[in-house]
Amino acid sequence: MSKEQILAEIRRRLRRPQESLQAAQAALEEALQQKVRGPMPALPPDAQGLRERFLAQAERHASCCERIASIEVAPWAVRRFLDARGLPRRAVIWPSLAELDWQGAGVEVAARAAQDADLVGITACFCAIAETGSLMLCSSPQTPATVSLLPPTHIALVPASRIVATMEDAWQLARAELGMLPRAVNFVSGPSRTGDIEQTIVLGAHGPAHVHLLLIESA
Amino acid sequence: MESRAHRFRRNIAEALANPVLQANLSKAKGKFVEKRAQAIQELDDFEATREAAREIRDRVLANLDLWLETFEANARARGATVLWAKDGNEVSRLVVEIAKRHGVKKVVKSKSMLSEEAGLNQALLAAGIEPVETDLGEYILQINGYEPPSHIIAPVVHKSLDEIADLFARTHRTPRKTEIAALTREARQVLREHFLTAEMGVTGGNFLIAETGSVALVTNEGNGRMVTTLPRVHVAITGIEKIVPTLEDLSTLMRLLPRSATGQSISNYVSVLTGTKNPAELDGPEHLYFILVDNGRTRLLGSDYQPMLRCIRCGACMNHCPVYQTIGGQAYGWVYPGPMGSVLTPLLLGLEKAHDLPYAATLCNQCGVVCPVKIPLPELLRNLREEADKRRLRPWRERLALRAWAWIALRPSLYALASRLLVRYLAWLAEGRGGISVLAAAPGWTMGRNFPAPEGETFRTRYRMRKRGP
Repeated sequence: MSKEQILAEIRRRLRRPQESLQAAQAALEEALQQKVRGPMPALPPDAQGLRERFLAQAERHASCCERIASIEVAPWAVRRFLDARGLPRRAVIWPSLAELDWQGAGVEVAARAAQDADLVGITACFCAIAETGSLMLCSSPQTPATVSLLPPTHIALVPASRIVATMEDAWQLARAELGMLPRAVNFVSGPSRTGDIEQTIVLGAHGPAHVHLLLIESA
Repeated sequence: MESRAHRFRRNIAEALANPVLQANLSKAKGKFVEKRAQAIQELDDFEATREAAREIRDRVLANLDLWLETFEANARARGATVLWAKDGNEVSRLVVEIAKRHGVKKVVKSKSMLSEEAGLNQALLAAGIEPVETDLGEYILQINGYEPPSHIIAPVVHKSLDEIADLFARTHRTPRKTEIAALTREARQVLREHFLTAEMGVTGGNFLIAETGSVALVTNEGNGRMVTTLPRVHVAITGIEKIVPTLEDLSTLMRLLPRSATGQSISNYVSVLTGTKNPAELDGPEHLYFILVDNGRTRLLGSDYQPMLRCIRCGACMNHCPVYQTIGGQAYGWVYPGPMGSVLTPLLLGLEKAHDLPYAATLCNQCGVVCPVKIPLPELLRNLREEADKRRLRPWRERLALRAWAWIALRPSLYALASRLLVRYLAWLAEGRGGISVLAAAPGWTMGRNFPAPEGETFRTRYRMRKRGP
């Protein structure tokens, strides 16, 4: 078996004395328990500051940002955005967002995983990270991963209260609220891009070419 | 991938004599360097972050067996299958077996340097399975007859827009496009079809997280997300050294990887994938396999070269290397180019198969300075040179010359005399001009440049005069 051979070879090369094995095992357990954080850049200490930082960083990654007052008005903001872009009033949404009044706003939605023909995908987010202007999306039956990936336009609802400072804070929140990691955690920072041809950046490589963030001020 | 590292000298000569390649290389020069310099300014304490990253990587390597076992247990607890491979052949055999077990006809791949080590595409083709590279750069190489990559993160950095435009028109039988955006759109359409129809996705792994049994994938294009979301089966192939203990450690390394690689504060997509889809989920793969690969890596443990296993494959060393910038990545002859490749290739394949590579460096230490995990690359290159000499792998003329020099250098008065004579001889050759255009004793030196003429005095003469004072 390759596994045994590789592990035996590692042990032989490391030349770790038998008595230090226990110490090593204990150190490993401790590292897993402690979850020590490395150096982190200084970030604004208050919610307002983190919000501004998040928006500024998200715009650097070519996401468009719009502030809205509450989650209830999100379907109307979506409609305005679709109209302004000349897109049909139709979208695939996370099932977790199905309760919003899409019909009232005149947007036809399908709550399911995305398909190739979908032009617009609408998601919320687990949280958002101020340091890098990233969304943290967690997969689940109510939040399928394809919705933020296949359609050329991705609209994300970002409650201001869910903006955390760093990726470390995001993991802490996930441990507290989800217990274990979902199948897929995706940190999304702006539209998909490539610079493979002559280091020239083109947006919309395989994923969305447009990412539109609706920052919900009261949530 | 079959190595051409043993014919490095010929590769270099060909690269230098290729005007198209030279033009493309000089165009690419410096872009990543500038962006990286800006991006590291955003960290309040870049050096402290670098030191923390080094510590994380060393901590794992010091007890790699235990960390691997922890990773395996946690990955299996979430429904993943963990397989181990001693070498590239075993990787290919395992992937083909998995593909056959699940009735796979087409495999979509996101970039994996380990699959290049293994020659996986050829193995899949031989088994009647269609591999499709989906990173734009890797796709371009694939449709150009499986050309080898020239950079670990920018595989077609050596190609011009013109060449790619011709290639697309020829391969896709579409009107020739000359805009980069249009070419990217065309690739998107072609590859979207493959994403939707492939039964299996193959990826590398930027990091394996022991705490959760997850793989972290870092991409900009989104192809990594596609191949791990749409097909039924996901196979992640990574080196055994890619483990990090916790999600906090991952966060530290993610402050360095994109900055060092492309000068981005974060890549567009960072995916942390754990286990298989739960039955109620609407998308995601039903089967997840990890293949943990040795392929020569364990040999580095406990040796002077262990620090090389810290490498996180950012490519900063090659972006900053004057030799890489001049000869391009393909000349190095195997999967990994630049300073990290010049260390890793001889160590993984055997020094006797690539002993010219450690000489492809001026030892200027730019690579050592920019390495985000503080690998002492120049020191490792020097070690390898020493070993190549000791093992008598170098040409006899070089060895003789070095021994003659050492013999003289150990005798100060003889050394003074020899250098005085040499300086006079060179000054005579220069005939009063600033440089010597043909150096008969070492014609290679003066092939593309003049050898600077000495000013007439040796260092020691000058030193003596200085000491005497004006």
